[in-house]
Amino acid sequence: MLINKNIAISDNGFLFNPSTGESYNLNTTGTELLKLIKEGKSLKEITTIFLEIYETSDIIIEKDYQDFVKILDQYNLTEEAES
Amino acid sequence: MDKKYTIALSGLNAIDSPGPGVAVARGLKEAKSFNARLIGLIYESLEPGVYMPDLFDKIYQIPYPSAGIDVLKARLEYINEKENLDLIIPNFDAELFSFMKLESTFKQMGISTFLPTIEQFEERHKINLPEFGEKYGINVPGSKAIFNASELNQLVSEFEFPMVIKGKFYDAYIAHSMDQAHVFFHKINTTWGLPIVVQKFVQGDEYNVTGLGDGKGNTIAAVPMRKQYITDKGKAWGGISIDNKELIKLTEHFISQTKWRGGFELELMKDKGGKFHLIEINPRMPAWIYLAVGVGQNIPEALTKLAMGENVIPFDKYDVGKMFVRYAYDMIVNLSDYQTISTTGEL
Repeated sequence: MLINKNIAISDNGFLFNPSTGESYNLNTTGTELLKLIKEGKSLKEITTIFLEIYETSDIIIEKDYQDFVKILDQYNLTEEAES
Repeated sequence: MDKKYTIALSGLNAIDSPGPGVAVARGLKEAKSFNARLIGLIYESLEPGVYMPDLFDKIYQIPYPSAGIDVLKARLEYINEKENLDLIIPNFDAELFSFMKLESTFKQMGISTFLPTIEQFEERHKINLPEFGEKYGINVPGSKAIFNASELNQLVSEFEFPMVIKGKFYDAYIAHSMDQAHVFFHKINTTWGLPIVVQKFVQGDEYNVTGLGDGKGNTIAAVPMRKQYITDKGKAWGGISIDNKELIKLTEHFISQTKWRGGFELELMKDKGGKFHLIEINPRMPAWIYLAVGVGQNIPEALTKLAMGENVIPFDKYDVGKMFVRYAYDMIVNLSDYQTISTTGEL
């Protein structure tokens, strides 16, 4: 999963796509998740990190991850979606 | 700065459907390569720019284009005698033709312009857009110019509803039914006359590009923007500069193919599949031109330099992610100023 390299994300979760001018607000979890994806972390690595921070399960993390990625695709925020 | 130019410009109607004049004036006042003394050319005494002495040194009323070229020429001769103009920048679509016709006259008077040619002006016209798109390989939605409301019935099978009903210079409405289409046809006809342009509706997001061509096919400036807040008149009240290579490429293609001379605005729709459709070409700088100045491309300044025969290095960058937000502002005006401009046509 590769996020468009031009996408800018601020610490408070404001995401800006410079090629379309669209912007989005992410909640805290979304911001953390997007940053980890942008850093190139795999689902397995993200699961490990999130299990340390949150009281949740790896199944829920995977489901949320897949939902999140689907939304990123829909908004053309991934390299796959843009190509 | 040693250079000082006296520049006359129109479009001072900074209202809800604003002319570009005030924004162009701000760009000229912020020019780094010359000092600008600005002369406002107005049609109505309540155009807000009339009452902005920080921008305009002097205001003159000029005749409407319908009065004819000779009347305009006489008025501008008078203004030039008083002000010794270096350059005129007309900012209204509806007046451009008269100013283009007078280009050689202005030259004899020692006044420069930097306008598209009449051929460029005509071929990008709304009524000629399909042919324009075909000639230059640019994707444009289907459209047809009609002179009679009865022709709307024949167009339904071709375009389907909703369809866009446009005036030849200004105004555009989205008609969802035949009744609406007829209402808009007559409404626009009353204001702007015939023909009326019927255009296929493209669902999507609105993008605009403003730029400057040197008349030799070179792109001097190009700034794309996404409309963020659109008024009920379809005007951008807020927008953001974007980094979109496809729009820049399209703009460079437009300039190189047409050898466009002067400022312009491309209006585009991006459909759900991500494809851009060019819906209109405005042959002058847009009302949001100050965004271009704000992101590092002072197009009014560059246009002035081209007009004055100076060498201009094309801009190669601009700030991405900068926004403009327009606002309404109440100025307090002395009755004596209104009285002077209303009675003498000068202020």
